[in-house]
Amino acid sequence: MQTSLTQAMALVYRGDLVLAFRRWEQIAQPVVFFTMVTTLVPLALSPELGELREIAGGVLWIAALLAALLGLEFMYRADHADGTLEQMLLSGQPLAWLVLSKTAAHWTASGLPLVLVSPLLAISLGVPSDALCVLMTSLALGTGTLSALGAIGAALTLGLRRGSVLLSLLVLPLAMPALIFGARAVDMAIHGEVARGPLLLLGAMFVLSLTLSPLAVSAALRISQE
Amino acid sequence: MNLAGFLAMGGYAVYVWPSFGLTLILLIHNVRAARRYHASAREQALRRIDSSRKQV
Amino acid sequence: MNWTWFHKLASPPHFYRLAGRMTPWFGWPAFLLIVVGLYGGLVLAPPDYQQGDAFRIVYVHAPSAWMSMFIYATMAVAAAIGLIWRIKLAHAVAAAAAPVGAWFAFAALATGSLWGKPMWGTWWVWDARLTSELILLFLYLGFIALRASIDDRERADRACAVLAIVGVINLPIIHYSVYWWNTLHQGSTITKFGKPSMPFDMLWPLLAMFLGFTLYFGAVLLTRLRGEVIRRERDASWLREELAR
Repeated sequence: MQTSLTQAMALVYRGDLVLAFRRWEQIAQPVVFFTMVTTLVPLALSPELGELREIAGGVLWIAALLAALLGLEFMYRADHADGTLEQMLLSGQPLAWLVLSKTAAHWTASGLPLVLVSPLLAISLGVPSDALCVLMTSLALGTGTLSALGAIGAALTLGLRRGSVLLSLLVLPLAMPALIFGARAVDMAIHGEVARGPLLLLGAMFVLSLTLSPLAVSAALRISQE
Repeated sequence: MNLAGFLAMGGYAVYVWPSFGLTLILLIHNVRAARRYHASAREQALRRIDSSRKQV
Repeated sequence: MNWTWFHKLASPPHFYRLAGRMTPWFGWPAFLLIVVGLYGGLVLAPPDYQQGDAFRIVYVHAPSAWMSMFIYATMAVAAAIGLIWRIKLAHAVAAAAAPVGAWFAFAALATGSLWGKPMWGTWWVWDARLTSELILLFLYLGFIALRASIDDRERADRACAVLAIVGVINLPIIHYSVYWWNTLHQGSTITKFGKPSMPFDMLWPLLAMFLGFTLYFGAVLLTRLRGEVIRRERDASWLREELAR
């Protein structure tokens, strides 16, 4: 019986999520990291909420970015090790769509928890509550972009020793535009301005990376598997 | 314009000369590195050809 | 259209010999142009009325910055050609070009910093162009690091090709974002690299340097490429004849 593409994608998505939730630590680690890095800032700078508020946008974004980077190397590692990746390549389903599914699953297990935790951390940095919506939106788009871009890095560095450091080096420059606009959006919201411009640009980056990255990832996966 | 005036670069000498010096060093370095790369490739290839000939 | 010339070019032995013959045609004009450009820029050009003699740094800064970007584009195009048409020589071009481009990016940053200090009082400013150049250097280093991490040459070539293509697509986005970010926080200091308005006697040495650097890159690239070709053609029979010459 032929599996349709949508069925295959759903299988990949669900399968990845099941595997992710089986290993709680892999979901918890980025969240804890996010929290700890956010805690470092007041310790290093000042407990004054007034001061913290001024840099909160940038701090939250950087911390989230680094936390999201942590989870990237595992994206394809397990599949590569147990042969699932080979099966995906041989399955006859268009690889780019399966990759999209995997990216979505990765974001659900890695980016989404960060987004959900961010309001608490934001409050601890003095961010006013009416900025929280913009914060979560920007982080959702940002971590989504990072999952898409990071997948490229993960696929290129598959199986390499010290792959995780290299992966960060490759992905961070690509993530800088998102960081610029995302942090700016949060900043504007904190100061009561409408953050529509940066958010729209962030959204555009997200859409672009979501559509193009699966192609690059498929190419990279085939290259890494040979 | 005399030599001293030229070297002083209107007071900016400490910025101008290192800039040009650094760039020149890099230009020279890249040429030498490229030639070394080629030469060492030739050497290695010749050594392998020689050793394979000896095995014959 | 007759593509035999193209396929001949891509054939390693033919290319190897051609590259050897062409190198002096790039090298000597480059040398002349750079010498003439340096003389024109350091001696002949009048000092800028705003920046004095410090503006002369433009004669090494601007060509270096231009080269760093031109070489990245070259790398990406070569990598794409190598990936799509599976031409090994194209991958060799990307591999050979990368270190040269990275050095130019570094030179642009260092000379930019040396230019910035007398102009704005600090060794570094987060000026849009310098920041963009810094990110370009990161992209270069990533490319070089990826190539170094993969032992299998074919996999390294193709992985780096994907990376280069992704990088070149991102480059305009990064560029635009950094400019936008920079304009946000302008404040009172205008940190644009005040390019002096260029009368001809200031301009021509700059053009000479641009052209000289480009030809220089051609010469260096051809030399490195010959080295690449030898390493990649390890046991090919043409190599024995060629090296015996």
